[in-house]
Amino acid sequence: MPAVKMSSLERVLATLGHNEPDRVPLFLLLTTHGAKELKLSIKDYFAKGETVAEGQLLLQEKYGHDCLYSFFYAPVEVEAWGGEVLYFDQGPPNAGAPFITGTSMLNSLTAPDIEHTPCLAKVLEATRLMKKSIGDKSPIIGVVMSPFSLPVMQLGFEAYLEMILHNRAQFDQLMEVNISFSVAWANAQLSAGATAICYFDPLSSPTIIPRELYLQTGFPVAVEALSRINGPTATHLASGRALPIVDDLAQTGTAVVGVSAEEDLAVLKEACRNKLSLLGNLNGIEMIRWNENDAFTAVRKAIRQAAPGGGFILSDNHGEMPYQVPDQVLQAICTAVRQYGQYPIQDGDF
Amino acid sequence: MLQSGQERQFREALISSSDDEARSIIWKAKEDLKLTRLEIIERYVVPALDSIGADWHEGELALSQVYVSGRICETIINELLPEKRVDPGSRPGIGLVVLNDHHALGKRIVSSVLKAGGYSLIDYGIMSAGQLFQRIREDNPALVMVSVLMLSSALEVKNAISNLADCNCSTKIAVGGAPFRLDRQLWLEVGADAVGFSAADSLKIAEQYLGGVE
Ligand code: B12
Repeated sequence: MPAVKMSSLERVLATLGHNEPDRVPLFLLLTTHGAKELKLSIKDYFAKGETVAEGQLLLQEKYGHDCLYSFFYAPVEVEAWGGEVLYFDQGPPNAGAPFITGTSMLNSLTAPDIEHTPCLAKVLEATRLMKKSIGDKSPIIGVVMSPFSLPVMQLGFEAYLEMILHNRAQFDQLMEVNISFSVAWANAQLSAGATAICYFDPLSSPTIIPRELYLQTGFPVAVEALSRINGPTATHLASGRALPIVDDLAQTGTAVVGVSAEEDLAVLKEACRNKLSLLGNLNGIEMIRWNENDAFTAVRKAIRQAAPGGGFILSDNHGEMPYQVPDQVLQAICTAVRQYGQYPIQDGDF
Repeated sequence: MLQSGQERQFREALISSSDDEARSIIWKAKEDLKLTRLEIIERYVVPALDSIGADWHEGELALSQVYVSGRICETIINELLPEKRVDPGSRPGIGLVVLNDHHALGKRIVSSVLKAGGYSLIDYGIMSAGQLFQRIREDNPALVMVSVLMLSSALEVKNAISNLADCNCSTKIAVGGAPFRLDRQLWLEVGADAVGFSAADSLKIAEQYLGGVE
């Protein structure tokens, strides 16, 4: 039994080794909340690496959770290729119209040069600043869109589904460019100080494509991309389902899977025990109208289902908590983890 | 409910993306059983899309299969001679819109399903709550189906609905899209008249508010 209190990093490493740390680690994957903290608009908040680093550090100080999150927003990766980003007052930025408008553009498609692309440089700057301030006390989680999921924003969802289903040659051509970009982008974040990379790959989820198609497409792409990323990775299906592919995910070389509130955490735990750690699965959408009691009940249930034996990080089910989730709910989640998440987990309470 | 035999085979053809097989089942039904277009829709298309939608919502099928099934049905039904479903008088029937988001796949699938079900639609594209309110006031459709992907857009529906209530507009608002699926109470919170958890639910909603087959 661990006698002394661990640092966030030690706690996370212990659980990823499928051992029980002092308590269940908590990742509050907050992005736009940093803007609230600094009383900035979401657009202004994401305009500079410094503000995001400051926001993340303030949020960790306030909630005492176990990571810093250097994720800005998914469309930063289309902005980098020249695509448009749309900002909203009350939610995360979105990608504008697809920037690949015809398949002929695939022939001349080249990935952006990371260090010289201002929007990516901002993320790297935020990562460096966080690292400088936090050192080895807490993990910094960087993010890349998987090469397989990115095309939804590059081409549009419908055009991309048509390509996956009917034009494998073009698909392979696009994957080649995207894999080199994703790998370089992940490695740049690791060099800047990220501890691990969250590989967002919801297109691989059985919610979006059947397993047979995944095995021909998203799976080999993940195997190749993850093998070239110079650090630990977690695969997040962004609240898409995971159960039918957990064994496949384990074979891609990822250490963690981010799981959905739509699936039973206890069943997932059995399927992943000693193979993959689980990250999840509090329902971020429902959370906006939770009261403290709801937060306690949900945290307690998740901990009972997935924490024994380690291999579990409590988090939301999407990899980002919505802007509308109130402070009291976040505070209640933190208190509940401290109350119910001490190892060994006490079953008697339930 | 899917009946046995051909109906079931039709569903299987859809989920395995076999356009040709799906088409030949329908044309055979038309020739051999002398079914009308509406009978085909009622007997084959609606039950198959309904069961595919329900299986997706339960995690048994994938979105790509839902998308392909809708598209195949839309094409086949287009190839058959059109007959109209009940027309709600001179009033336009169904408006379809994406609120705020630049994510049109949900609307695209709902549109395929409704067209495959024999309905005609007014496609409003992407609009803000204010623009939608204006259009509804001008067109006065019986029903508007709103698709969203972002939570902030889902919450915007509330504004559109309260504006409509203020001017006693009788248009019914049905909502759908990821946030409404992931929080089953959200539709009530935004004051919608109906919710769909899969695109096929749009057929039941349309039936409820516009009536069924002539
Ligand atoms: C795949 C995915 C991605 C992919 C592609 C997204 C895309 N379409 O552009 C990537 C990785 C790029 C991505 C990124 C982001 N994502 Co995302 N993503 C998803 C995921 C897994 C599926 C989304 C999807 O496109 N589904 C396909 C559509 C067609 O499905 P659907 O909307 O459910 O529609 C079906 C039914 O609901 C129904 N339907 C739809 N509309 C209507 C209307 C009516 C009237 C009826 C009857 C039925 C109906 O028909 C469809 C078929 O049955 C969802 C989570 C989930 N489990 O669904 C999150 C989700 C949509 N993402 C989310 C977010 C926030 C984002 C980002 C903003 C994150 C960020 N901070 O950057 C970005 C934005 C990306 C962008 N395009 O700008 C949130 C949105 C809610 C929120 N929290 O605000 C979700 C819901 C995750 C979550 N649990 O919170 N994402």
